[in-house]
Parts: sequence; C-alpha cells; structure tokens
Amino acid sequence: MKKYYNLRLFGDKISFLVNRKALMTFLLLAVASAGVFVISTGTGEMKISPIKVVQVFFGGGSDMERLVIQSFRLPRIIVALMVGMALAAAGGILQGIIRNPLASPDIIGITGGASVAVVAFLAFFSDKNNALTVSINWMPLAAFAGAAIVAFLVYFLAYKDGVSPVRLVLIGIGLSSLMKAMTTLMMVFGPIYQASQANIWITGTVYGSNWDNVAILVPWTLVFLVLAYVLARNVNIQELGDDIAMGAGSTVQKYRFLLLMVSTALIGGAVAFGGGIGFVGLMAPHMARRLVGSAFGALLPASALIGGILVMAADLIGRTLFSPLEIPAGVFTASIGAPYFIYLLFKTRNA
Amino acid sequence: MTAGQAIATKDLTLSYGDTIIINELDLEIPKGEITVFIGGNGCGKSTLLRSIARLLKPKSGAVLLEGEAIAKLSTKDVARKMAILPQSPSAPEGLTVLQLVKQGRYPYQTWLKQWSTEDELKVRNALKATGMEELKDRTVDSLSGGQRQRAWIAMTLAQDTDTILLDEPTTYLDMTHQIEILDLLFELNEKEKRTIVMVLHDLNLSCRYAHNIVAIKDQKVFAQGKPEHVINCGLVKNVFGMECEVTIDPLFGTPLCIPYGKGRCIIKGQGFQG
Repeated sequence: MKKYYNLRLFGDKISFLVNRKALMTFLLLAVASAGVFVISTGTGEMKISPIKVVQVFFGGGSDMERLVIQSFRLPRIIVALMVGMALAAAGGILQGIIRNPLASPDIIGITGGASVAVVAFLAFFSDKNNALTVSINWMPLAAFAGAAIVAFLVYFLAYKDGVSPVRLVLIGIGLSSLMKAMTTLMMVFGPIYQASQANIWITGTVYGSNWDNVAILVPWTLVFLVLAYVLARNVNIQELGDDIAMGAGSTVQKYRFLLLMVSTALIGGAVAFGGGIGFVGLMAPHMARRLVGSAFGALLPASALIGGILVMAADLIGRTLFSPLEIPAGVFTASIGAPYFIYLLFKTRNA
Repeated sequence: MTAGQAIATKDLTLSYGDTIIINELDLEIPKGEITVFIGGNGCGKSTLLRSIARLLKPKSGAVLLEGEAIAKLSTKDVARKMAILPQSPSAPEGLTVLQLVKQGRYPYQTWLKQWSTEDELKVRNALKATGMEELKDRTVDSLSGGQRQRAWIAMTLAQDTDTILLDEPTTYLDMTHQIEILDLLFELNEKEKRTIVMVLHDLNLSCRYAHNIVAIKDQKVFAQGKPEHVINCGLVKNVFGMECEVTIDPLFGTPLCIPYGKGRCIIKGQGFQG
C-alpha cells in the first residue's frame, strides 16, 4: 500500500497530502478515546456495563443510571477529555515554536501564572471563617487571567527585534520560578484551610465539574484546536529554524505570536477547569511524535487525543483506586510524567 | 540596471549594533552564473549573504532583486524568486525527507491548498535532481551528512526560484561529499540556468566552480571577477593575510593556491625559508 494519498478537490483548490499511517493511527486513537470515555463513565461506586452506558448516551437505561451518568460522571469526564486535549495540543505547539522537545505549558510559566491567580483569589476573597466572599465560579476566570497575563509577560520580556525561541524559553523558566515563589508565599501567609484547597487545585483535578463548565470549556477548546490545526503548516516551517522559515516566505514573528496566543488560550481554558494538571503537555506530543512523526498536521490531532486519554485515565484511577478517597488526577499524570521527563532528558543528553 | 543582474546592492551598510560589518557596498551579481563570496573569518561574507536573503535588515542602503528593492516586496514574493539555505540547518526529530522538501512549497500554499498538482511535480523534480527519490521516506536525522545536505538543497529547489543562496553548503562534509554537493549545484546552474550565490571556505574549489568571485575585506569588496582574473598571490596576501603561490590546477586549469607555512618539506633546498 502506498504511504501517502493525494487528497484533491475542486481542481487543487483544496489539496492535502495525507499520510495513511498517521490517519490510521488517528482513527485508532479516536476509538481508544471513545473506549476510555465509556469505561470511565461506567466505573465508580455504581458499576454500569459499557453497553448500558452507550444506551444511556442514546436516552435509554434506568432512571438511576441516567442520574449517575448524566449528573455526576459525564460532565467530569468531558472536562477531563477537553483539559487533556487542550494541554496536549498546546504543548505540541510550544514544542514546535520553541524548537525544543522539553518545552511545555508548565515550563514556560503559563500554568504557574494560573496557580498564582488561584491562590491569590482564595486568599483575598476569604473571610475569617474561611468562607469565600464571592462565588467559587469566579475561580476559573482568575486562573485564565493569570495564565494570560504571564503569557503576555513572557512574550514582551522576551521581545528584542522579534522573539527568539531561546529568549522565550529562558524568560519563561525565570517567570515560572517566580510564580512558584509567589504561590508558596501566598499559601504561607494565606489562611491555612485555603492553602490545602489551593494545593488540590495546583495539583490538578476535575472533581466537581458540572454542565456549566462543560458548556464553556467544550466550545472554547474546540475553536482553538481548529485554529491550531489551520496554523499547522506555520508550525512546520518554524520548526526548521527562523532563517529557513523567513527564507521560505513565512512571516515568522506574526505566526509565532498567533501560535503562542492560541496555546495560551488552550492552556488558560484547561487550567481554569482542571487546575495545574502537569506533564500532559510534555508527554502527549512526544508519544504522538513516536506514532505519527513530526509533521504538525498529523501530530496535533494525535497529540490531542493522547492527552485526552491520559487525563481521562488519570481521573478514572484517581477516583476509583482509593475510593471513596479522591486523588487529584494531576497526581497520576505527574507520577507517569516525571519519570518520562527524566527519560527524555537522558535521551536528549545522549543524542 | 541591465537584465544581466540577478541581485544588486546599493549603498548597503550592515552592522551588528554599532559595529559596521559592510560599509556602503555597491555590488552586482550576474544572472545565471555561480558567484562565490570569499574572505577571512569574520569578514562579513555570511552577513552579506544573509542580508541579501532579507534575513538581516540593513542599517542603510538597499538590496535589489531583479531591479526591485527587496524590502518593498512581500516576503512571499521574494520567496518565489530567491531561496536561501543557511549554514548547518537542523530538522526536527522524525521529519522525513519528503516532508522536509514539501515545505519548500510554503510560499505557494494556502491552508486549504497544501498539495497541488504543481507542488507534487516540483517536489518530485527536486527529489530527482538531488538523487533523493529513493530516500524520500527516510527521516532526515537518519541520513549521512552529504545526504542530509542534499535533502536541504532539494527543499530549496522545491521553492522553484531562479536564485539560490547558500551559506557554506559544504561545511562539515568530507571531501567526497563536498565535491558531490558542488557538482550538484554546478549542474543545476548548467542545466536550469539558476543563479547560485554561495559562501565557500575552500579557495581552490571556489576557483573551480565559480564564474564570478567576490573577495571581501575591510567592509568592502576587495576584488570581483572571474577567478582566473582576480585570484593571485597579492589578493590572497591581502584578503587572507597569507603567503602563497598561485599555480594552475593540473586537471581544470583554474587557479590553484598553495599556501606557504611550516610542515615537512621533502623537496631539498626549495622549501620556503620565510
């Protein structure tokens, strides 16, 4: 079988070179995501068979099953899927524009900015009895604002006749450390009860997600995923280096800014509802690269699906392994992610 | 300006910060020929090439591409006329040769039109011209140095431009592969009349392959012309600060520079005594 398929419609107006293997891999990953989605929906205090779960999706099942799935499990699992997809796609974009396989949302400080914002939110809006003086529903907005502010800070501090990948990553690492320090500072000085709340959030959890969250996160994530896909060929050309990209006629700085904004929007949305779930943005693009190669048009969707699977699985383990105790999903992504990161460092050292 | 010039510079001054690299340079590069920039380390030959490729903004003056100021053209328009291969480029892990070469089509693509019939044809021709057809599904990082350089040249060919700029395309290659790459560029010039401008370190190979040599020294062009007219002991002494003898290459008849220096001399009584 040929490796590539020429997709051409309307006399070349729409034309793509389709990598058959990447397409097959994508379809398999889509099936796997659907599988994890259904299994996760059926698992918990009340076990529901996968067939029953699918029946419930199409309006069947008993009242009890419908209640458990629709009210409790489904919003949470959809949020997990979206958070994973967003973080993984953003990580893939960042690794492409920074031209470094170790780049990720955590490392360049964007997630850190969200953490500071959340801790600050919890500290400033608590009264003496540790009750929040404003609605907890504002917390995602605070997280998003924190992520966005740090992303802009990184960009403008790195700016010098345009932004070079090295400056971007160095400034990012610097700000990331600063954000960690500020988070710690505020947790130490803030009320003790809120510190533990904040800690759970920083580790990352999709606990308590509801349909309102889904209604915001799903369209937000999907729009920016599509936008990232439209910009894919600009990631490809930037990965060859600024000189090559400019020589080939790309307006490198414009697209670098746009791509950074798209990844910030994705990360912002993800941390707002999922907290600081770490390592997904680092691992998922790597695993995808192994499977489909580094052409971004194939890498992005594969990476997104792997990210979705990782977070859904981490959440599934977190809420069932020590049930009824809930372990934040971020604990499990970190426990796979940290060794993976060390493995990557080790591998690039020998390369 | 006559039709015989592919590129010209007018009063071009280049600098890094306050350090002037090239000062008020007027240079004309002939169309359809191979032009080679030579000069000592840090003389600004690579800087000049980069500025011609619009990768570096001039402090003052202009670069003209086919008579038009390059700064006034859209970067995509320039990319359809002139391609640049910088020094030792690197490809991301796992990228295949075909995926790399395909990116040479960037200035012709839109996000919906990424693989037109013409794209396919040009990419196929580029792979064929560089002898990379068999290797098109290999990843770039798995290739040998010479093959890798051919893959990058194929990418610039896919860009389908009349002019190709190359910054030291033979660096880090062994002698066999240096000749292989230069032969390939020579053939592209012969067969397809592409204008080739490059920076080379090897003076003797420059003399063999170039129609036109540009020697750069002290922010200026020291001499320009056919190698057989401009390369002599005096020039080498001036431009590189090195004593040498210039003789005739016994195979090609082009100038051959033999440097003096230390080392084992086994011709009795004829070694250079300083």
